[in-house]
Amino acid sequence: MFRRSPDFWSGLALIALGVYIVTATRGWDYLSSEGPGPAFFPRWYGIAMIVLATGLMLFSAKSAAGDWRGVARALGAWTAIAVGVVLMKLVGFALGFAVLSYFIVAVMYRRPPLQSALVAGGVVAAFYLIFALALGVPLP
Amino acid sequence: MDIAAGLLHGFAVALQPANLLWCFVGVFLGTIVGIMPGLGPPATIAMLLPLTAQMNPAGAMIMLAGIYYGAKYGGSTTSILLNVPGESASVVTCLDGYQLARKGRAGAALGIAAIASFIAGTVGVLGLMLVAPPLARFALAFSSPEYFALMALGLAMVVLLAGRSLVKALLAMLVGLWLAGIGTDPFSTTSRFTFGRMELLSGIDFVVVAIGVFALGEVLANMEAREEPLALPVPRGLRNLLPTAKDLRDCRFAFLNGSVIGFLIGVLPGAGSTIASFISYGVEKAFSRRRDEFGTGVIEGVAAPEGANNSETGGALVPLLTLGIPGSGTTAILLAALVLWGFKPGPLFISENPQLFWGLVASMYIGNVLLLILNLPLVPLFAQVLRAPAYTLYPAIIGLSIVGVYSASGSLFDLALLTGFGLLGYLMRKLDYPSAPLILGLVLGGAMERALRQSLMMSEGSLAILVSRPLAAAMLSLALLILLVPLFTRLNAWRLQAMEEEK
Repeated sequence: MFRRSPDFWSGLALIALGVYIVTATRGWDYLSSEGPGPAFFPRWYGIAMIVLATGLMLFSAKSAAGDWRGVARALGAWTAIAVGVVLMKLVGFALGFAVLSYFIVAVMYRRPPLQSALVAGGVVAAFYLIFALALGVPLP
Repeated sequence: MDIAAGLLHGFAVALQPANLLWCFVGVFLGTIVGIMPGLGPPATIAMLLPLTAQMNPAGAMIMLAGIYYGAKYGGSTTSILLNVPGESASVVTCLDGYQLARKGRAGAALGIAAIASFIAGTVGVLGLMLVAPPLARFALAFSSPEYFALMALGLAMVVLLAGRSLVKALLAMLVGLWLAGIGTDPFSTTSRFTFGRMELLSGIDFVVVAIGVFALGEVLANMEAREEPLALPVPRGLRNLLPTAKDLRDCRFAFLNGSVIGFLIGVLPGAGSTIASFISYGVEKAFSRRRDEFGTGVIEGVAAPEGANNSETGGALVPLLTLGIPGSGTTAILLAALVLWGFKPGPLFISENPQLFWGLVASMYIGNVLLLILNLPLVPLFAQVLRAPAYTLYPAIIGLSIVGVYSASGSLFDLALLTGFGLLGYLMRKLDYPSAPLILGLVLGGAMERALRQSLMMSEGSLAILVSRPLAAAMLSLALLILLVPLFTRLNAWRLQAMEEEK
């Protein structure tokens, strides 16, 4: 089954970014009495981005379906990292990072619960010992 | 300071016990990083960069550089034993290295890789030592227009050579320029692209982007697959790791070829060690009496690319330290490190910081000796790293990324940004956008805009200043040529494709 290529969608996203950049520069000085203003440089790369992304989008070939299972695994891991960071803010580094590590070991790599808990606990303990205690580096 | 005096001064710095220790830590970590597929030197250096903020700059630079060139040594181990490059520069080593291992000659392949790396790495440092000071003196004549043109040329080279698609490389670079522009404009104090967030007024910390795109992006890409490849066994004992006299004779030209080509390619911004190793392999094959056997397990097929990718390191440090222009993702991070410690890489860097420059050069000689010692007898030990399960490795890398970013700024907002840039790094890999132009755009964006605006202030707004000065005009013309020629080729290909479809 053929569908729009990823290049089409990434081109579209970059056109949107380029339009945002150019639009934002309209509120700033392009040229002033002292020389080029804050809008000068961004406006040019914003325009270049729109032109190149349009070319990429227009000339993108249609593509066959990709490896969605792999993508789902990677996005699952990314979601776990994002949730882990939120948890670190709410309950501290130790618990947030332990949950994140447990998820990776138990869910992503399908290890038994006890082994997963040991690995997660071990990693958190190692970080505390090395960074917080030995090096005095602040943890989130 | 002449070269001999400089080198003596450098050894006095590099041989201080603390700096020797950092050199060892750097090359040791570099070897491990090189061996582990999926964790490259840019990711490692980016993760460790915030932790070096409190260190003595000479020790920190010696350690980070050690990781950079140490990884080149380690990368060959994975290529030879797993047929998976530990880092991109070792791709070519897979061709003959893995075949040698399958024939039971893994020891000789690993040994010759270490010896070639040592010889070429040392030649690369020699080149750095001889070329950098005169180039820095020449660059003293540069003013804002020349700097702008030089940065444009550097970015053009990186864009040209970074990936398969020139358009995608250009777009990645433009995104990097945009990221560099976020924050307060230094000329007018106007807030740009801050989305009303106070946290963005001072801009986005380079470390956040580098760790997100390189480290988290790599981890996410590697986590797509659950299976882990199996490594071939490494022979034990130094005798089994030493190449024979015939092997060494066969590799004489490969050592020379790798050393020279690697250094010359390294000096060019953007070319990098992967291209150096490919070219060196190609030259070796072209001049070999047994070129038909290449790819089936020829020892020079390991020596040439391994030599080139190590010699390239010395070359890549030349534009970084003398012009302040990095040529790759890793050297961009090293540039950010120097700026973080309060240095300004450029024509005055060597004369103003002789202890740092010559200390680094001397430490690289020492580091190459350490790497030879580490990589010959201890290769079986290092190969055990390949047996570390991914499910213990990846949480550690993610944790190190989080701690690295948090220790740099103490801001949870930066952790949210890190997560976002991790996703960006993964998507860039999936969509085939090269990350080096983005990082270089980010590193050079601020300086490039400053140089352009200063040039236009000098000329009272006339763009003619960029083409009326011969050096600036030559560099800008070259940059334009580099970017336009492939675009026209691509347009022609699209035109031909459209004509085909119409038929």
